[in-house]
Amino acid sequence: MQKESEIRDPLILGKKSYHDITLDVSKPVEGKANKYWWILFSISFIMFIWGVLSMAYTIGTGIGSWGLNKTVNWAWDITNFVWWIGIGHAGTLISAVLLLFRQKWRMSINRSAEAMTIFGVAQAALFPLIHMGRPWLAYWVFPIPNQFGSLWVNFNSPLLWDVFAISTYFSVSVVFWYIGLIPDFAMLRDRFNEKTAPMKKKLYSFLSFGWSGKAKHWQRFEEVSLVLAGLATPLVFSVHSIVSMDFATSVIPGWHTTIFPPYFVLGALFSGFAMVETLLIIMRKVVNMEAYITIKHIEYMNIIILLTGSLVGTAYITELFMAWYSGVEYEQYAFLNRATGPYWWAYAIMMTCNVLTPQLYWINSIRKSFIATFILSIFVNIGMWFERFVIIVTSLHRDFLPSSWSMFSPSIIDIGIYLGTIGFFFVLFLLYARTFPVIAQAELKTIVKSSGSEYKNKNNE
Amino acid sequence: MSRKTVYGIFDDEEVLLNSVKEIKSNNIDIKEVYTPFPVHGLDKALGLKETRMAIAAFVYGCLGITFAGLMIYNIMIIDWPMNIGGKPNFTFYHNVPSFVPVMFECTVLFAAHLMSITYLIKCGLFPGAKSENPDPRTTDDKFLIEFELEGSTKKVKDLLSKTGASEINEK
Repeated sequence: MQKESEIRDPLILGKKSYHDITLDVSKPVEGKANKYWWILFSISFIMFIWGVLSMAYTIGTGIGSWGLNKTVNWAWDITNFVWWIGIGHAGTLISAVLLLFRQKWRMSINRSAEAMTIFGVAQAALFPLIHMGRPWLAYWVFPIPNQFGSLWVNFNSPLLWDVFAISTYFSVSVVFWYIGLIPDFAMLRDRFNEKTAPMKKKLYSFLSFGWSGKAKHWQRFEEVSLVLAGLATPLVFSVHSIVSMDFATSVIPGWHTTIFPPYFVLGALFSGFAMVETLLIIMRKVVNMEAYITIKHIEYMNIIILLTGSLVGTAYITELFMAWYSGVEYEQYAFLNRATGPYWWAYAIMMTCNVLTPQLYWINSIRKSFIATFILSIFVNIGMWFERFVIIVTSLHRDFLPSSWSMFSPSIIDIGIYLGTIGFFFVLFLLYARTFPVIAQAELKTIVKSSGSEYKNKNNE
Repeated sequence: MSRKTVYGIFDDEEVLLNSVKEIKSNNIDIKEVYTPFPVHGLDKALGLKETRMAIAAFVYGCLGITFAGLMIYNIMIIDWPMNIGGKPNFTFYHNVPSFVPVMFECTVLFAAHLMSITYLIKCGLFPGAKSENPDPRTTDDKFLIEFELEGSTKKVKDLLSKTGASEINEK
């Protein structure tokens, strides 16, 4: 049995046996949805439908229906794309990097964090697709021969690296998630009776792939999880590095900087953890997981937010310094314009929400408060959306020719698509919370004896 | 004499582990052990060989990087060299820095997916497969040792109850 230091706080509260964990994890799946679930689901579904209509309109009439113009030819589409991709990164960091570091606190949150990753990346993938204008030709991004009507794809282009990076990231995340889900689906399968719930029994039998929990299978399971974590870890860093190269390899002032890859990866982790907190603080209440997602988990995530937020702040200041130090007047103007030009308010929101407010986590009582964390996590979500908006729009709207300077304002279709993806994300997440085991219960059972509060007290007596 | 199946059910993984060691030291064959979560040290106690999943992943990764390299070489150098901004385009080694991202992604793609498929095949896991755990509680909180015995089952049963089994069933 593993032993753990007495001064470490317990990760599972209350008196929980293995069977109690089974009951708690299967309860949301077995029970009926409550009122709040239906209210949230209805709102999300309406937003989703609005998004679908906006996307259909875009595809039908072309991307002229957006607020883009000749000068600002990338705006909300890519802002939203980078925002959603960034949100996905925390899930992989929790399930892969924290597995490699043997962090036990990941076990209560990795399932939901990775669900968030997959649903977030799915939203992100919509944007490159629809911003092509002719999404029925989307297969042209894959390396297919010239007979299909276009030349080969260009392997020197970061936009193609993105295609490979995001499809690899998405599919590997799904596989990693599913491998971990199989034993938990088997647990659900064995809880349903053939007679009283035949449909559920069939469904979970199908999903659990006939898992039986044999010793050899567990041995392979652990090795496969470890290797997948090892493979997913460089993915976390590569995907957002490649996304940042979509900008950094161009020659636009404000984009053409070598700091972009680490700066984007840190920003992604920062925003991802904020979204994990937003979701989990609600979820632990709605599906009664208070004993498993404790203030200690939230505190650990707050420390990561504090660290990555400070590093992102350092990157902002480095960017300003390098613009001045480069001696390039276009570069200098791009940054001066960001901070003091017509989009100063977006820059101010970005600076406040990403650099200043996360510093409040130095205060113990704020770091250990659910309500304060929830509010600050929303701030980070907003701030990180504005970061991408600032990078993309302010670098474009005043280009090299002052006569073509212009502003961007979103059309109703832009807004519809963005809110639609938020709706779609929550539709998926709410359905997940009712049908999937939201905690990796098989893994969690392995730490009850070392990190459960009941056993900890017993060991200390 | 007919074959008999005996199940010993345990409530705790440490008791199970001790029991497995005790049974093994008595030279009795264990057919299978079913547990609700991975029990550390169980594979060693049962004398299972180390799994070679990681080696498989490495081989698949090598396959992935080779595939990506050949694909890019054929597309960008042999079949249709493109002059992009006057950059060198007739040799692989001149272009290779910008091919690294795709080669890396293909390595991960191949290693992760092919290893997972290998894992599912080796464990006989696929949609619609029948589960084989003899007691549904083994995915919840019970640990089960399965024996297939010829002749008398008394010795095994005594050993099981001595080492702390909470239930012993015979079929």
